[in-house]
Amino acid sequence: MNYRMIKYTLGWLMMFEAGFFLVPMITAVVYGEWHTLVAFAISALICLAIGSLCVYKKPEKTGIFAREGFVIVSLSWILLSIFGAIPFMLSGTTTNFIDALFETASGFTTTGSSIFREVESLPKAILMWRSFTHWVGGMGVLVFIMVFLPLGGGQNMHIMRAESPGPEVSKLVPKVKQTAFILYSIYFVMTFLQFIILLISGMGVFESINTAFATAGTGGFGVRNDSCASFSAAQQIIITVFMLLFSINFNSYYLILKLKLRDAINSEVKTFIVIVLVAIGIITLNIYQSYGSIGEALRHASFTVSSLISTTGFATEDFDMWPSLSKAVLVLIMFIGACAGSTGGGMKVSRIIIAFKGFLRELYTLIHPKQVKAITIDKRPVDREVVRSVNAYLACYALVFISSLMLITLDDFDLVTNFTAVTATINNIGPGLAIVGPTANFANFSNISKLVLTFDMIAGRLELFPMLILLSPATWKKA
Amino acid sequence: MNIIIVGCGKVGSTLAAQLNAEGNNVTIIDQDPIKVKALANKLDIMGVIGNGASRSTQKDAGIDNTDLLVAVTGNDELNLLSCLVAKKSANCRTIARLKNPEYNIDAPYFKNELGLAMVINPELAAAKEIARILNFPSAIKIETFAKGRVELLTFKLPEESRLVGMQVKDVATKLRSGVTFCTVERDDEIYIANGNFIFGEKDIISIIASPQSAKAFFKKIGYSLQPIKDSLIVGGGPITYYLCDLLEGSGISCTVVEKDIARCTELANEFEKVTVINADPTDEDTLKEEGIAHADSFVSLTGLDEENILLSLFAKRSGSRKIITKINRIDFDDITSQLDLDSIVYPKNITANTIISYVRAMNKTVGSNIETVYSLFKGRVEAAEFTVSEGSPIVGKPLMELSLKPGVLIATIQRGRTQITPRGQDVIAPGDSVVIVTKGLTLNSITDILNK
Repeated sequence: MNYRMIKYTLGWLMMFEAGFFLVPMITAVVYGEWHTLVAFAISALICLAIGSLCVYKKPEKTGIFAREGFVIVSLSWILLSIFGAIPFMLSGTTTNFIDALFETASGFTTTGSSIFREVESLPKAILMWRSFTHWVGGMGVLVFIMVFLPLGGGQNMHIMRAESPGPEVSKLVPKVKQTAFILYSIYFVMTFLQFIILLISGMGVFESINTAFATAGTGGFGVRNDSCASFSAAQQIIITVFMLLFSINFNSYYLILKLKLRDAINSEVKTFIVIVLVAIGIITLNIYQSYGSIGEALRHASFTVSSLISTTGFATEDFDMWPSLSKAVLVLIMFIGACAGSTGGGMKVSRIIIAFKGFLRELYTLIHPKQVKAITIDKRPVDREVVRSVNAYLACYALVFISSLMLITLDDFDLVTNFTAVTATINNIGPGLAIVGPTANFANFSNISKLVLTFDMIAGRLELFPMLILLSPATWKKA
Repeated sequence: MNIIIVGCGKVGSTLAAQLNAEGNNVTIIDQDPIKVKALANKLDIMGVIGNGASRSTQKDAGIDNTDLLVAVTGNDELNLLSCLVAKKSANCRTIARLKNPEYNIDAPYFKNELGLAMVINPELAAAKEIARILNFPSAIKIETFAKGRVELLTFKLPEESRLVGMQVKDVATKLRSGVTFCTVERDDEIYIANGNFIFGEKDIISIIASPQSAKAFFKKIGYSLQPIKDSLIVGGGPITYYLCDLLEGSGISCTVVEKDIARCTELANEFEKVTVINADPTDEDTLKEEGIAHADSFVSLTGLDEENILLSLFAKRSGSRKIITKINRIDFDDITSQLDLDSIVYPKNITANTIISYVRAMNKTVGSNIETVYSLFKGRVEAAEFTVSEGSPIVGKPLMELSLKPGVLIATIQRGRTQITPRGQDVIAPGDSVVIVTKGLTLNSITDILNK
């Protein structure tokens, strides 16, 4: 383990976090929230001090391997959440540090689960910080840092791989730095576009910025107590469209820019669209009676489906009140999640495709025991390693899921609450059903459960293995 | 610059590493997914799995925005086809590696007819380097500049040499020799030799001089080996083939030991004067029988690096005077340098040097054009040759008035047929060919040596 290099990279992370605090600080100045401004300023100074101590001397050996890459990424996310929680404490928004940590982790991992019973009374700067953590966490913090920081060598591919979602991480152009730059440019432009469109639709500047941040990162922290219910129909449709756009693989946008339309609309995107349409169809028919008009039902169904499959977690309606069939479909798409390489969470559509094809292959092997069958996506064979890693991911997913469920069951809530609480956090969605439903929040859980769910959020965002690697003693052995 | 490398074997991966380190955008293509992944994990490059000659694979690798495609697989036909496809479809520049001696004769034809920018032959280049060393056994390593008119020679200072304890600036007056000292390697440290440097025992020194003055210099410092008359070569691959060809007229008689009868026959058919022995070169008795103890020189060119090193150590023990070892793959430089193996030839590095010279020359700059680049001492030192043209800021000023960066040495100036050993009052003129030796700098243009 190259501990010095880990320390050095984490030092830069702290410096960047100090920089991130500038956004809520500006908000605090604009709205004259001097008390909150001081809270953020102190937090920024703390990060700056620790950061500069760590980056004071660049280590001589800058080489890192896959192992260090994973450790850097998972430690980064933990540190980001811990230090990002400080302003919540200093501004007096909450007095329980576990709550603050939960809220920040929920922000960076783009989950959107909140422990605040209501948000409209919170300082604007705090609301801005919550939304901004979504935006930063959506595309990946270390990917962002890599655009600016020469970490040296091809080794930063290890970091990108550990942080980017999806079974396989590919570069768009030979250099990691340029790839990161392209992805962030697309991300930035799309966020800005949404902001402008929301502004035109008549939403206020503050709400537009926050909603754009929260949608772009597929996060889901709202600035209103009712999430998106009191927005106009047009605004809700705009949000629906952008939630779907942000849950498509960003490589596709790059290919579209390169005028390679056929490559851009790959089978993952197609499958994603089909799943979305089918889910909307079923739910619309299912809830049609309670809304009276098909248009109304369609709008709420499409908003909710987009919100949950993109793992954003906005709500226009209390879907906890919907019929059981609708709820079942919603829980199902919560697990599927967005496309690989997007800002969304969940298992990712491409993993589901690979796993399903793997299952079919096993089935055929029973019928023709000697058949040689390849798993292909877009007419290209999927590497054995990838198939294996998908299977390992699913097994690991089940393990983490069940263990978390067991741990939070100690709080003695009903099974639906516990089950959807874990589902909503590990898939980075936000709201679940019952006590953690769209109109409720996570404040009722005990501190231990909140810590477990915080772990689930980060583990889910980093796709499990980077977090689990921290727990393995072999990682810390000398090598 | 965007560069595609087809084939990531020894040559391909060395090349990818160096080109990437110089800031180019490198994409590699190979059919072996394991090799591609391993390399793409190690370096900041993109990997594409597939057949490098197929149009669609090349498209995946972004051939349409590529400036240069280098095909260096072990298969000549695949290399030629890859270049042809790239040239026709995307009109980018192409470099092909050819190792088969039969194609080597046709190299100029291929180059013109297929529109190749360059044909490289690592085996031939290695053979040429070996032949140069055999013709001048005092040196460990010889690189040439200005079409062979100037050489960069590396040698190990013998223990009782006159040079030991002498300062660099005194050498010219005391020995009246026209050589320029470039670098000194001592205890794994490399120094650019400035005037106050004092030579010590066992220093590894590199000098730049014309072949004649180099010979005279070695005589004066009491380190002149007798010309080599015979050579025992083990291994009969393509390098051996080219080496026999090069040595045929030079008065060095060759004995080749090769295991494979087909190769032996091929060599025997081609080279009448060469003694070809069909035997396992790792057999001690065979080597003794073929006179390893009295051979003037021993060259190990088998396909296995470990075997080559072992055989060379055995030859040294047995008493061969000059030993040359070919190493293809092994990277443990610290170990090999400790073994005291005399001369080591790395075909992959020779190729990489040639291609890097070409790539740097593609970055056209005003005032100078880079001709040759040699990366020495594991890339810690670089020797580069530039043709200087009108308008360069270094033209027309006495050298002592130029503000040079630290670690830069202007080693020699070649003006037409005369070689000038640079002194403070010398002036560089347009059309001169200048060799620069630097430590820790990457030169694209000759102006890179000046302080900004």
